[in-house]
Amino acid sequence: MEYEPVIGLEVHVEINSRSKVFCACLNNFHSPPNSNVCPVCLGMPGVLPVLNVAMVDASMAVGLALNCTISRWSKMDRKHYFYPDLAKSYQISQYDLPLCHDGYLDIEVDGASKRVGITRAHMEEDTARNTHTIGGGISGVDFNRCGVPLLEIVTEPDIFSADEAFAYLTALKQILEYLNVSDCNMEEGSLRAEPNISVRPKGSTTLGVKTEVKNVASFSGVRKAIEFEIKRQVKALDSGEAVVQETRGWDADRGITVSQRVKESAHDYRYFPDPDLMPVVVDDAWEERIRQSLPELPQARKRRFREDLDLSEYDAGVVGMTKDLADYFDAAVVAGAPAKQAANWITGEILATLAERKSDITACKMKPEALASMIGLIGDGTISGTIAKELLPDLIESGGDPKAIVEERGLVQISDSAELEELAQAIIRDHPGPAQEFRDGNKKAIGFLVGQAMKATKGKGNPKLINQILTDALSQE
Amino acid sequence: MAKITLEDVDYVAGLAHLTLNPETREAMARDLGSILEYIDQLERLDTSGVEPMMHVLDVTNVYREDTVGESLSQEDAFKNAPKTDGEYFLVPKILDGE
Repeated sequence: MEYEPVIGLEVHVEINSRSKVFCACLNNFHSPPNSNVCPVCLGMPGVLPVLNVAMVDASMAVGLALNCTISRWSKMDRKHYFYPDLAKSYQISQYDLPLCHDGYLDIEVDGASKRVGITRAHMEEDTARNTHTIGGGISGVDFNRCGVPLLEIVTEPDIFSADEAFAYLTALKQILEYLNVSDCNMEEGSLRAEPNISVRPKGSTTLGVKTEVKNVASFSGVRKAIEFEIKRQVKALDSGEAVVQETRGWDADRGITVSQRVKESAHDYRYFPDPDLMPVVVDDAWEERIRQSLPELPQARKRRFREDLDLSEYDAGVVGMTKDLADYFDAAVVAGAPAKQAANWITGEILATLAERKSDITACKMKPEALASMIGLIGDGTISGTIAKELLPDLIESGGDPKAIVEERGLVQISDSAELEELAQAIIRDHPGPAQEFRDGNKKAIGFLVGQAMKATKGKGNPKLINQILTDALSQE
Repeated sequence: MAKITLEDVDYVAGLAHLTLNPETREAMARDLGSILEYIDQLERLDTSGVEPMMHVLDVTNVYREDTVGESLSQEDAFKNAPKTDGEYFLVPKILDGE
């Protein structure tokens, strides 16, 4: 039988507020274990958690960016379970009235646009981190992470392949980065994705039994885990076995999912409204204030790059990949760089140089204004593109004004015709073969001769002028 | 109407990690049953024109600003811990699902 997969994604995002969500402890992944803890996040009796308003602002920003409705009235609830990652035996979360609901995100897969529904995005607290490497039947608990603001974003079961899931996660991460609400570092766990997967006979409209996959540490891991789960479930159904609704862990080393047997009652969370925390009431003015604070989002920006600045689909995608890169490009254009040329330099030499250094645009010492100035120097014939390429690594490494550097190092292009004519004669004399080829009608042979002239001038010759002079010299003979 | 069986009591007690002796178990079934019966009475009222009360307090929007305050010293943090190595709270090893 032919099957089709149906996939939903739950994404947990740690919000990068300065302090935790219900107490004033520092929100920092890199602190020594149990150094950012207080009676509130340690779950001592008698403490009073108070919601960090920055969490509400950030959650609303994400909700609006995902086209969600922002609840006028929402509340915090207690979700009860026993596990050493929660000292107070309940997690503060949102149950039936989440802050954001009923949104969508448009993604692109294989050049086609597709809409993924967002069921809800709700506020909660992260739990403590358990470490199982201590040995001796002992686990260590670090409460630094307990109480870190966490936003859970849940999609509708609208995703039908591993590639679509990958595209959704990539687009979501890009938005979160544009909003600057999270580090989105999967290795450090500030972004965690849990797919739930079911398969059903193709054409069926009812959903099959789903499994949820945890412990996936990268987007490509999510893709692999989904692909594995689809195959596993299809195989089970084909051989007449039932798929069991369960949580499965992703074993990245073996490339398989493994059943994590959990008592069924462990999912009976006995939610109730947390009487410690007051309801969150959002009025139009608050929502509007957050809406106004949103930056231009990735899709809108890419569209502007394509339509207003005439970039290719590819260039617009690369330049708009991160907010920092897009800001850099925009600033170069504002400083006077022609958009197409700025995009070429960024997507080509600049990103390649940065990639070699395992670095990114934020570490680029060459200011966008300097890129504009360098492109201007090429445009007005002061330097050749070759010289510009040579200058680039230094500019990226140390910054500075391209014009001043060009003058200081004597790199100004040789556009003196007399000097270049003399050189052209010497090149023709030294390379009679290619010169003859050109005379015989092989116009491509000029390329070799121009190359020799550029070499002789250490890249400083004006290549256009050299080409002209050589062509004239060979044609007049 | 509402009736709480001993199995219901055991289930709820299990979720709350409570161990009940036989007398408490039966008393609990009786008490919970009568509480639910009272709720049934309330449900017979016509509340179609009444706004649902979703929170016990008539207070909304209480927040703290996003500023960092002082945390406990590690020494103080571990004061009540049954077991610690000075870095972590130590607990019997529990993996997901066990």
